[in-house]
Amino acid sequence: MQVRSQVSMVFHLDKCIGCHTCSVACKNIWTDRKGAEYMWWNNVETKPGTGFPTKWEDQDKYKGGFELTDNGKLNIKSTSKTKIIPNIFHNPHMPTMDDYYEPWTYDYQNLFNAPEGPVQPTAKPISMIDGKDIDIQSGPNWDDDLGGSPIYAENDPNLKGLTEQQKHELSAIERLVFFYFPRICNHCLNPCCVASCPSGALYKRGEDGIVLIDQQRCRAWRSCVAACPYKKTYFNWFTGKSEKCILCFPRLETGQAPACFHSCVGRIRYLGVLLYDADRLEEVAKLPDEELVEGHRSLILDPFDPQVIAEARKNGISEAVLESAQNSPVYKFVKVWKIALPPHIEYRTLPMLFYVPPMSPVQASKPEDTIKHNSDNLFHDIDDSRVPMRFLANLFGAGHEGGVRYALSKQKAVRWHRRAETVGDVDRETADRILREANCSREEAEAIYELTTLCKFEDRFVIPPMHREQAIEMMKDPYEHKKEVGFGFVSGPARGL
Amino acid sequence: MDPRVLDQFLFIALPYVCLFTFFLMTIYRYRTEKFSYSSLSSQFLENKQHFWAVVPFHYGILAVTLGHFIAFLVPRTVLAWNSHPLRLYILEISALAFGLLTLIGLISIVMRRGSFSKIREVTTTTDWILFALLIVQTVFGISIAVIYPWGSSWFATVLSPYLWSIFLLNPDISYLAGSPLLVRSHIVLAFLIIGFFPFTRLVHLLVVPNPYLWRKVQVVRWYGNK
Repeated sequence: MQVRSQVSMVFHLDKCIGCHTCSVACKNIWTDRKGAEYMWWNNVETKPGTGFPTKWEDQDKYKGGFELTDNGKLNIKSTSKTKIIPNIFHNPHMPTMDDYYEPWTYDYQNLFNAPEGPVQPTAKPISMIDGKDIDIQSGPNWDDDLGGSPIYAENDPNLKGLTEQQKHELSAIERLVFFYFPRICNHCLNPCCVASCPSGALYKRGEDGIVLIDQQRCRAWRSCVAACPYKKTYFNWFTGKSEKCILCFPRLETGQAPACFHSCVGRIRYLGVLLYDADRLEEVAKLPDEELVEGHRSLILDPFDPQVIAEARKNGISEAVLESAQNSPVYKFVKVWKIALPPHIEYRTLPMLFYVPPMSPVQASKPEDTIKHNSDNLFHDIDDSRVPMRFLANLFGAGHEGGVRYALSKQKAVRWHRRAETVGDVDRETADRILREANCSREEAEAIYELTTLCKFEDRFVIPPMHREQAIEMMKDPYEHKKEVGFGFVSGPARGL
Repeated sequence: MDPRVLDQFLFIALPYVCLFTFFLMTIYRYRTEKFSYSSLSSQFLENKQHFWAVVPFHYGILAVTLGHFIAFLVPRTVLAWNSHPLRLYILEISALAFGLLTLIGLISIVMRRGSFSKIREVTTTTDWILFALLIVQTVFGISIAVIYPWGSSWFATVLSPYLWSIFLLNPDISYLAGSPLLVRSHIVLAFLIIGFFPFTRLVHLLVVPNPYLWRKVQVVRWYGNK
């Protein structure tokens, strides 16, 4: 056993209101620069929808992630070691700007400078790359709230395996349904971007698991962009370097939550330490699809187990981090309650961002009528959910429904329990039966309820001390560092010389 | 001017200036402007013509440059190889083919960069100068291969000794006596490109990702040396 710690995340999808505050907070801090205009390290997608970049989940097109070969090897789909040499000049699976969108601004000067004429001057859209007039074809959140469904929502790769009727009902007037899917870098345990980088510029930080790109070592071979199945490494077209979500490590190191977490209006985001067994990574990444979710969960270690604690200490994990792991809200959601699931685990990168699958809308699907809310069937049967189970299973279970059904059943049980406690129009016995069926005790239901609805800032974000001061002391004289810190590049990150 | 003085300038002074600039500036740039070492790919902005321009160019120029290096390093081996006419023909024809591939790639690159306004945005004056130098140099090289054939053999007897004399700090330009203007221009331009090298995007050649093939798949960095 080799115990490592990882700052991990849970997003509770039932709580996301799709306000994009997280995206804007991130954009304002990190990607409001030349070359990065189109990047959204954090973005919020509408599901069903094709997302950003368009159809990123379609790995027949993008060839992201790993694949298990017939002889049991884990292979990078896009540019493995054998394919990197012939493909280094031209990456065959590199998405282009058209797959994202061409950033634009408006020619506001025209409002002031236009010659006098019979009509009001307008501010025409112009490209932020070459300054030319642009016919806007796509933009951030182009398919927000099911906009342009026939093109976008209906082409969601997660609709695979749904019946025609289910597909039809998803978009039928007055019955259509959608939910939001906020995404940042998953800071995977087996990151495909890192594995694919020919320069070795990408790396995972040993102490907290944050995946970063060394800007000084990136040589624009572009492998990471093609390899990341979540399309969360972006190519800066101006500096010729790849960039990605850094989990706001400068904020984490000073005890603050990442900007997208901090600004989240729906308070859907949780952050905390998970301890995991690094020795078993390869073994788990090679499991068959149906065992991946369970296998991934089995990597996460119990921070109260004396043996784990001893191994962690041996591996240099500090007491403060251990304590933080014991208080981690992520540990509860993922390992104790098992209601948070990794997205698209079939890409085999072992993502460390988990999602609580959405139960809403509460109203279930019935061909003719809405269902009656009586005490026998107050909340719908999980399998009649208007978001088809199959769809959620494609997103959060590698196509297998077990984990999703378990998570949704437990959420439903918590609702029954609280209904019995607070409103009292359902009888306690039925509530207890449903709790039993969902493998949930009253105490657990109460704990889930509290961390979901009454959580304070410090309940949601249990940020471990990152001890970067130790790193600084190892590298250089702290007094020298103090004089230099904050200046970054002596010259701005320009293109070439 | 005395032609001998001009020769001494072009084939002794200029090479040393260019080589000195090359070594000094690549190291200096790597140490001070490491961020600028990048292939500066434009594939993200245009993905279709990119293949037909960049791939032929790279395969062409790598083969041609490698050929020059081999003839410089092991001239006797090349001569021995060429002792058989068939092998000589194969070598000459493939060298010419790679030269043409380079030229086709270069012209495609220039046309691609010129015709897409987005890519013009990421093309600097230095890039244009570099492309011009490379095109002229490639045309010189191809012309030499056509007009003065069996270069793979006479390179070994004429140019290799000259280049070795430069590197052994004992320059002897008598080897070049009688070489045609075209060959002399090719040599001068080659040194100019070497001198220009550290100021251009060509530096990405020096940071090709060789450790990738034998490093561990995942990279983890710790505070110290764990």
